[in-house]
Amino acid sequence: MQITGEQTFTPLITAFCCNWCSYAGADLAGTSRLAYPAEVRIIKVPCSCRINPLFVLRAFQKGADGVIICGCHPGDCHYIMGNYYARRRMTLLFSLLDFMGIERGRTHLEWVSAAEGAKFAATMSGFAENIHKLGKNRRLEDLRCKSS
Amino acid sequence: MQEQLRILAGKMLADGRAARVLGWKRTDFETAPEPSFFTAQDDLSELVYNKYCAANLSGFMIGAGKRDGVTVVFLKPCDTYSFNQLVKEHQIDRAKAYVVGVSCGGNAKVEEMEDVGWLERCLVCTKHDHVVYDELVLDESLSRPEAQDRFGGVTRLEGLQSLERYEFWQGELSTCIRCNACRNVCPACNCKKCVFDSAKYDTAAKANVTTFEEQLFHIIRAYHVAGRCTDCGECARVCPQDIKLQLLNRKIIKDINELYGEFQAGQDTETLGPLTAFNADTDAEPSIVHTRG
Amino acid sequence: MKRVGVFVCHCGTNIAAAVDVGEVVDKARLERGVVFSAEYPYMCSEAGQTMIANAVKEHNLTGVVVSACSPRMHEVTFRKAAAKIGLNPYMLEMANIREQCSWIHKDKDDATKKAVSLTSAAVAKVHLNTPLFAGESPVTKRALVIGGGIAGISVALDVADAGYDVDIVESTPGIGGRMAQLDKTFPTLDCSACILTPKMVDAATHDNITLHTYSEVESVEGFVGDFTVTIRKKARSVDMKKCTGCGACYDKCPAKKAPSEFEEGLSNRKAIYIPFAQAVPNVPVIDREQCIKFKTGKCGLCETVCAPGAIDFEQQDELVTQKYGAVIVATGFRPIELGKFGEYAPESKDVLTSLEFERITNAAGPTKGALVRLSDGRKPKSITFIQCVGSRDTTPRGKAYCSKICCMYTAKHAMLVKDKYPDIDVNVYYIDVRSPGKNFDEFYRRAAEEYGVNYIKGQVGKVVDMGDHLVLQAADMLDNRQITARTDMIVLATAIEPLKSTKPIASMLTASIDTNGFMTEAHPKLKPVESPTAGVFLAGACHGPKDIPETVAQAGAAAAKVLGLLSKSKLTTNPCVAAADELACNGCSACESVCPYGAIGYEDRQINDHGVRGNQRLAAVNTALCQGCGACAVTCPSGAMDLLGFSNRQILAEVDALCR
Repeated sequence: MQITGEQTFTPLITAFCCNWCSYAGADLAGTSRLAYPAEVRIIKVPCSCRINPLFVLRAFQKGADGVIICGCHPGDCHYIMGNYYARRRMTLLFSLLDFMGIERGRTHLEWVSAAEGAKFAATMSGFAENIHKLGKNRRLEDLRCKSS
Repeated sequence: MQEQLRILAGKMLADGRAARVLGWKRTDFETAPEPSFFTAQDDLSELVYNKYCAANLSGFMIGAGKRDGVTVVFLKPCDTYSFNQLVKEHQIDRAKAYVVGVSCGGNAKVEEMEDVGWLERCLVCTKHDHVVYDELVLDESLSRPEAQDRFGGVTRLEGLQSLERYEFWQGELSTCIRCNACRNVCPACNCKKCVFDSAKYDTAAKANVTTFEEQLFHIIRAYHVAGRCTDCGECARVCPQDIKLQLLNRKIIKDINELYGEFQAGQDTETLGPLTAFNADTDAEPSIVHTRG
Repeated sequence: MKRVGVFVCHCGTNIAAAVDVGEVVDKARLERGVVFSAEYPYMCSEAGQTMIANAVKEHNLTGVVVSACSPRMHEVTFRKAAAKIGLNPYMLEMANIREQCSWIHKDKDDATKKAVSLTSAAVAKVHLNTPLFAGESPVTKRALVIGGGIAGISVALDVADAGYDVDIVESTPGIGGRMAQLDKTFPTLDCSACILTPKMVDAATHDNITLHTYSEVESVEGFVGDFTVTIRKKARSVDMKKCTGCGACYDKCPAKKAPSEFEEGLSNRKAIYIPFAQAVPNVPVIDREQCIKFKTGKCGLCETVCAPGAIDFEQQDELVTQKYGAVIVATGFRPIELGKFGEYAPESKDVLTSLEFERITNAAGPTKGALVRLSDGRKPKSITFIQCVGSRDTTPRGKAYCSKICCMYTAKHAMLVKDKYPDIDVNVYYIDVRSPGKNFDEFYRRAAEEYGVNYIKGQVGKVVDMGDHLVLQAADMLDNRQITARTDMIVLATAIEPLKSTKPIASMLTASIDTNGFMTEAHPKLKPVESPTAGVFLAGACHGPKDIPETVAQAGAAAAKVLGLLSKSKLTTNPCVAAADELACNGCSACESVCPYGAIGYEDRQINDHGVRGNQRLAAVNTALCQGCGACAVTCPSGAMDLLGFSNRQILAEVDALCR
């Protein structure tokens, strides 16, 4: 077993992106060669309203240090109103997690359009930096799922 | 009042208007009457109504609606909200229920069969009137305990540092024995197959093995009833470990009230729940969680 | 257990330069159920696809993962290839190791690690994939065009000529739009009305075209191939069937104080009016806010003089509901309000917008074509044109974009002035002159070089109306000097913006608009006339500033796309739809209340739960309406509702794999 200090901590970040805006925004970041940390792993969902709170909790359980959700800007949802539902759901979920003492910075939601490649990269870099500062997720972890 | 209820129930059974009566039945312990269906008039001497009749009978009406005939049910004011919510969710057949609203002066908290004062939910009760009934049996002489701030507990916790809240909840949740009583008693928890009993999502567990499982169970339990929880307080009442489960439910209710406007689940049978509705222009962004005190 | 094959693409060096592809191939082989893994320089090529096909046959693969570019790029390509060899296309998943990996991560170790992880997530998902089958939905052979300007008319004529029915909805009393207001068109200086009015008549008389003027779209339901649209035909107060267009009504109408919309408010019209002399249809409308009869109950002169008895003060709005297979948005543009541009003295009668100037120069306009100052009727000795008023302006009051048409119409205006009145001094203040269309630069140079129009590179900072003349202050950026100049008339090349009605129309159609309010195209290069919403197409300036040739070209392209759609007998539907597990559903209606498409209904059905039979209220998804957003699946407390292709278990499996 290797003992790692805070300096070498590389956070693991799960990003849920809606297919129509944010995933396309991530693609645009790629096409534009805008770098963001490699620890960000994207899962494509059709819409931000497809994101079940259980997905967020599962990510933390399995070792994520931060979970970020991206969707179309309000008013731009491909499915008319999905992001409005997501907005309420995630607000209440994030607030409940905060209430239970899980660090606020570990969850985040950002609206990223298909045209906002730069915003996508900047958002991911900023989020990763915050998670880096927060350190390893200790308050919502499942020790059985930790390999190191 | 108890006598009035017995007479009413007896009449309903006698003239065939009701097939059964759902009420509270005497047990060997005065402090622990239990929910029961009465079908014979002779059994009605076992029907009791007093401050120990804390059980919310609404949830039992889900099953009752699947049987033939009308069921008479006694509901305290707070129970009627659960009843309404279940009607809204198509879980109760309103036509097969005869709701008798009964006055309530608060329920006693019972520990090891001893009366130890009032239930927490009754100390913060805001639901004084029946929102649905076919008939009322009232006792004006009943007085309620002095009301306290329903969200006081939530506000106090909100005022703590994140780590302090974490430690508070670790203290609470680590005592959870996963007996599932909170889930089983909840009128809103009426899924045919609970996600925690389902093999589909790797969430099934009979016991909490890690702290994460404790957290997951209680987060999901509270979240699944978000916008549907009437704050009937049954979960906290039945918890053998006295975990302050009401705080989780009320945190969500408080957020809903503050962010999306006052909402009381079960107030009526039409209004869309706050998680199945939205306001495109005024809804807060999730980032509000970062900026609130 | 599935037999999965993993195919890792080099994309030339696009992936291979940043990711150790061999390592990804080797690691993939260690994943559960992976029986084959391979790499290839271009997986999307014919040879690459053949490689996949051969491997599927040889290794009896039941699931395929392609680690390559974004699925938005080539998922369709690979799924088609899978279908060709008899594998259900939905048994294929892609891992995006180019856009979201090799292109952005410099460190090869990091990028390789991430590529391995993304590939393992795709493998985990594909294990839970099930064959999905597309359904079919009908196509109504009728198109709706929203907007009756040159864009809408062009689309409608093209579609109608191909034999399909087309309805045009126009909010004003007549078709023609902005082009009808123009005097001449650049770069040929031919008369706008001369080329437009025949088209208007063609549209009005075409057997396949129905005009709904003075009408608005009230609501839209449905989806590609099967839209149901309700149109509000506003009460015209004139019976269109009876009216002969004689004009006696508006000749006699005593209420004459309404500013004419067509004349940009430079002259007044009657309360009963046709927008302009060649209006199509030639049927007047009563402006009820101006009409004395409606205001006071007295008058009714028009009714008295109308021989056929077409005036109908009691007429009500009429709602018409019609089914359409396709909808074309052609709502056009308007000049921005100049309230926040006080430095140009826009309130002065001698400071005009370009569109107002069009009317002044038009022989049928408020001055009968006489070029005079509106304040005192004098002929100007000097006219100054100011470019980019509100365009290319990044302050909050302005528009960051280039309005595109202003450089050319200003050259046109300058030339028209010089042509008729060589003695008038014409100055143009510009930031840049942009003239990249066919014959455009030649046109501008003619203005500057042959007609003697004085082009000054610089911006005007202040305009003051001195009564009998105007004074402007400007900076000449080439000579690097301040200018204070006297002029008699100023024309502002006002930025253009989409109509306010574009937004509600876009919402009704669930199509999107950009930050400037213009309609968004599905792809900026490859799908420039389609909106992201299937079955909704774009034509003209609602999509962005455009001149007439571009608008007509886009209208033609939109018509071609519409015809491609309408010529199909059936459409295949998205197979990634919601489905309810009848054994878990308790019929609570939560899913129904969040569905944006009304695709969920309820039915009482007998179910057999492992031998226990009973009637149960159950959610039932209409797969023709379901668009696969997943809102229902998350709302469902019991997890009974799930989304095919993005099921709870599939996404959880991806989470598990990515967080390993």
